[in-house]
Amino acid sequence: MKQKGFNFSWLLQMAWRDSRKNRSRLVLFISSIVLGIAALVAIYSLGDNLRQNIDEQAATLIGADLALTGNKAVEGPVKQWVDSLGIARSEERSFASMILFPKNGGNRLAQIKAIQGAFPYYGTFETTPIEAGQSFRNKREALVDENLMLQYQVQVGDSIKVGEVTFAIAGALQKAPGQTGLSSTVAPTVYIPLSFLEQTGLLQKGSRITYKYYIHFAPGTDTEVLVKKLEPRIENADLDYKTIQGQKEETGKSFRDLTRFLTLVGFVALLLGCIGVASAIHIYIREKLNSIAILRCLGVNAAQAFFIYLIQIIGIGIIGSILGAILGVTIQQFLPIIIKDFLPLSLTTDISWLSIIQGLSIGVLISILFSLPPLLSIRNVSPLHVLRSSGFDVKPERDPVTWFLYGLIVLFVFGFLFLQTKTWGEAAIFTAGIIAAFGILYLTAWVLMSLTRRFFPESWSYLWRQGLANLFRPNNQTAILIVSIGLGTALISTMLFTQNTLLTRINLSTSGNQPNLVLFDIQTGQKEAVLSLAKAQNIPVNQRVAIVNMRLEALNGKRANDIKKDTSDKQSARIFSREYRVTFQDSLTKSEKIVAGKWIGTYKNDGSLIPISMEDAYAERNKIALGDTLTFNVQGTMMSTQVASLREVNWSQVQTNFLVVFPTGVLEEAPQFHVMLTHVPDAATSAKFQQAVVSQFPNISIIDLGLVLKVLDELFNKIGFVVRFMAGFSILTGLIVLIASVLISKYQRLQESVLLRTLGASRLQIFTITALEYFFLGALAAFTGILLAFAGSWALAVYSFESPFEPKIGPVAILFVLVSSLTVIIGLINSRGILSQPPLEVLRREA
Amino acid sequence: MNTILRLQQVGKTYQTGNRPLTVLKDINFSIEAGSTVSIVGPSGSGKTTLLGLCAGLDRATSGTVELHGIELNGLSEDQLASVRNQYIGFIFQNFQLLPTLTALENVMVPLELRGEKNVKPRALDLLDKVGLSERIHHYPTQLSGGEQQRVSLARAFSNRPQILFADEPTGNLDAETSDKVVKLLFELNKEAGTTLVVVTHDLELAAKTQRTIRVKGGNIISDSIQ
Repeated sequence: MKQKGFNFSWLLQMAWRDSRKNRSRLVLFISSIVLGIAALVAIYSLGDNLRQNIDEQAATLIGADLALTGNKAVEGPVKQWVDSLGIARSEERSFASMILFPKNGGNRLAQIKAIQGAFPYYGTFETTPIEAGQSFRNKREALVDENLMLQYQVQVGDSIKVGEVTFAIAGALQKAPGQTGLSSTVAPTVYIPLSFLEQTGLLQKGSRITYKYYIHFAPGTDTEVLVKKLEPRIENADLDYKTIQGQKEETGKSFRDLTRFLTLVGFVALLLGCIGVASAIHIYIREKLNSIAILRCLGVNAAQAFFIYLIQIIGIGIIGSILGAILGVTIQQFLPIIIKDFLPLSLTTDISWLSIIQGLSIGVLISILFSLPPLLSIRNVSPLHVLRSSGFDVKPERDPVTWFLYGLIVLFVFGFLFLQTKTWGEAAIFTAGIIAAFGILYLTAWVLMSLTRRFFPESWSYLWRQGLANLFRPNNQTAILIVSIGLGTALISTMLFTQNTLLTRINLSTSGNQPNLVLFDIQTGQKEAVLSLAKAQNIPVNQRVAIVNMRLEALNGKRANDIKKDTSDKQSARIFSREYRVTFQDSLTKSEKIVAGKWIGTYKNDGSLIPISMEDAYAERNKIALGDTLTFNVQGTMMSTQVASLREVNWSQVQTNFLVVFPTGVLEEAPQFHVMLTHVPDAATSAKFQQAVVSQFPNISIIDLGLVLKVLDELFNKIGFVVRFMAGFSILTGLIVLIASVLISKYQRLQESVLLRTLGASRLQIFTITALEYFFLGALAAFTGILLAFAGSWALAVYSFESPFEPKIGPVAILFVLVSSLTVIIGLINSRGILSQPPLEVLRREA
Repeated sequence: MNTILRLQQVGKTYQTGNRPLTVLKDINFSIEAGSTVSIVGPSGSGKTTLLGLCAGLDRATSGTVELHGIELNGLSEDQLASVRNQYIGFIFQNFQLLPTLTALENVMVPLELRGEKNVKPRALDLLDKVGLSERIHHYPTQLSGGEQQRVSLARAFSNRPQILFADEPTGNLDAETSDKVVKLLFELNKEAGTTLVVVTHDLELAAKTQRTIRVKGGNIISDSIQ
């Protein structure tokens, strides 16, 4: 009994005919994936454009063919060698220092960059006026970060004091090579000519200066080959280097991470949409049971019936993906505005066809994959359904093929993540993470729903009970809605909670008599004067610490070169290239605890090795153990030391902490500078004191925790915007699933509503029931999300930030009200047909 | 005359919870090709179950059902579908037209399923015969009950079935419309020479067939020829 041919064109025709009255509904189902696809297409396109932009603009990110970086000035033969490189060279020295605007006394810590030469060789300083980028170099003029100028209300032509020198502001700096909007928020830059650096008096010992040499090679030079040859000499000179190619790879890598993160968030929105599609299709197929049974009666076999609906799904999958791609390309045009502060380059928004094709393929594939489990039930529809429909139900979960499909879906998720992460382990962890996240959300939703059912408020009025009971109606989509809306709420709430935790932590650390102002780079000769200045202004000095800079010469008798040569030695040579800022003290501070060895506070000067204490984590990272001997070069004097103890340091306290601590009796006479921690009661006192310090001692830098707080707040707002934008995809997807589910169950709702109206319910009563149902739904979803965010943020606060968790309920409460009201509004808008028509009209139409 | 349908010791038992419910017991009868037969009985007597078994819509728990020489018990669901498409026509009490298809398309479907080409003229001809040539592009919801049942008649005859099963064909229609539909059913049946099996509790309709099988409590209680 073989069926004649598998007539594909007839199947297409039937799929077309069958979808006739449901097309708008089908498009609505699939619209759940539109946002996910849009997010992916937008992010893929962003990645594509970024790759291209980095390729084109890498040279302007570094500004030269080669940049050499060190933490001491090159001298002697090394200097001669550096000066012989390329056809042009520029030198830059950068450090943090206070700046002062004499016009209004405004001062703050800034990144000073003293420059000499024609840098940048690629790209330009973007300044207002344009010529300022060049003209400032030979005069006593400075380029000042535009935001800094705005903040302190100074204009071009006003002056800025850096150290002892007052410069005229030549121009407002908008962009310098490699600089992002974010870096100007954290440390606004001021460029001055290198020739004036000496006069500023800021080059004293103790200042942490970064030395950079920008080299411009002759056109046509193969920089990579050349630098490979130069590498040993660069390393011997204790310099780091970066080429355009290196910059390209580094920038590419960090943005790959960014786009990967965004892709994952977009993918989660897509998965949510897909689950929405799957449950919508499940209900669609239930409604189609009779048609399928009729077709089966007329001789359509199981495969044909299955394909009639699969073709419909593929069709709407394609439409949904195309809509998604169009939306994605539109969103892509706005992405540069959202992430411009994180980008050191100008971002183009060219249409990336590859990204569009990727988005379309994923959209079609994923809509088929997620529709298959409900579609499979078509195979089991019996023609007998036309004779009697009672007692018939589709139970896809009993079909072993369905389980196979679930496996395929997990495999798809894993495959997609593998393509993103390129490592099996990470992909597996992410897959497990996504399953766990959905699982936890679903479980929370389920527990909340069960609790509501269990403790159903029987005493409530009928309208409230009916509204609540509607959440458990047959074919409800409550769980998926709670998961999708809840996920978005959870993302935003976590952001709000964490922001609050971090800000509270800094607030706490500056409250009471905790230090909130840190003065550093105080020279020994200035110490007493600064103390008396503080005393005169009634400002208590909480802590005074002397700091001695030194370098490590040898570890257990081995020097940097020995370790570099010995490939079997796992010790990193990096420990030799850093500068150690060391203090000496006779006892431990509150934030220190000995975890191994014995603390020795005083050196007896008996010719034995000097007993030092090292931070335990640093020792562990660098494979340094108790008893190891370290030889330090303290500005020319060699000191042999031995690790006598390992300390655990609580870095979260606002106070000076050190990797290496010497006992007293050794470094007292060494060249040193001092740090003081003070507490100022209010902003006005702080400003007055800072101004006094900066004008008397321009070399002293001040970290004002009030300012740090402000900067952090700004940073959070910028990051928060990106997080909110991405979480928005998830919430919007949830709302679309909501719209779809309201429309899907419209028939059922119509019947109920008609019945209620026939029994005498007023419009207002039905309106109230509907509004309450959506309020409960939105409230449950938002509550689930907030609950999860609460748990997650608590864990983050306690385990990651080691800070007390004191959630601020205000913003989260607003979010709760917002999500709940949005759900109610969307639910009501979509149910208006049910409310506004007389029962008879509805009955007649639905007959 | 050839036998088109033969039932031997057919029984049907459903499982309701843990208890078996026997709906049909030891049913035996044969129907000759070209004859008209009615199956009558009160509600719950098992007549619709019997129709489902005869038409290959359901499987017997015991015994054999043979249609056009093909034993239905041994066939898969898809093979049964093919048998229905090749040899069987249906008319249902609630019309069972595909709601998304026009009248014309509903009539064309069985023919298209068989892979036949140029099926439109036959469908148009049948719709003309049932008096709906003016309403071919209407959807079922745009037609009255009588009109829907007439489309259903046209569809039932479209694939030139060997046997036509009608389940309470007038159950949802008023008396006047019923008469018209029944008249049309018998006329078309006569013209096509199809075997007609009608399940009904309308004795007037049953009287129009050549033979009546009475079912009660899952048993045949009488089998009479008018």
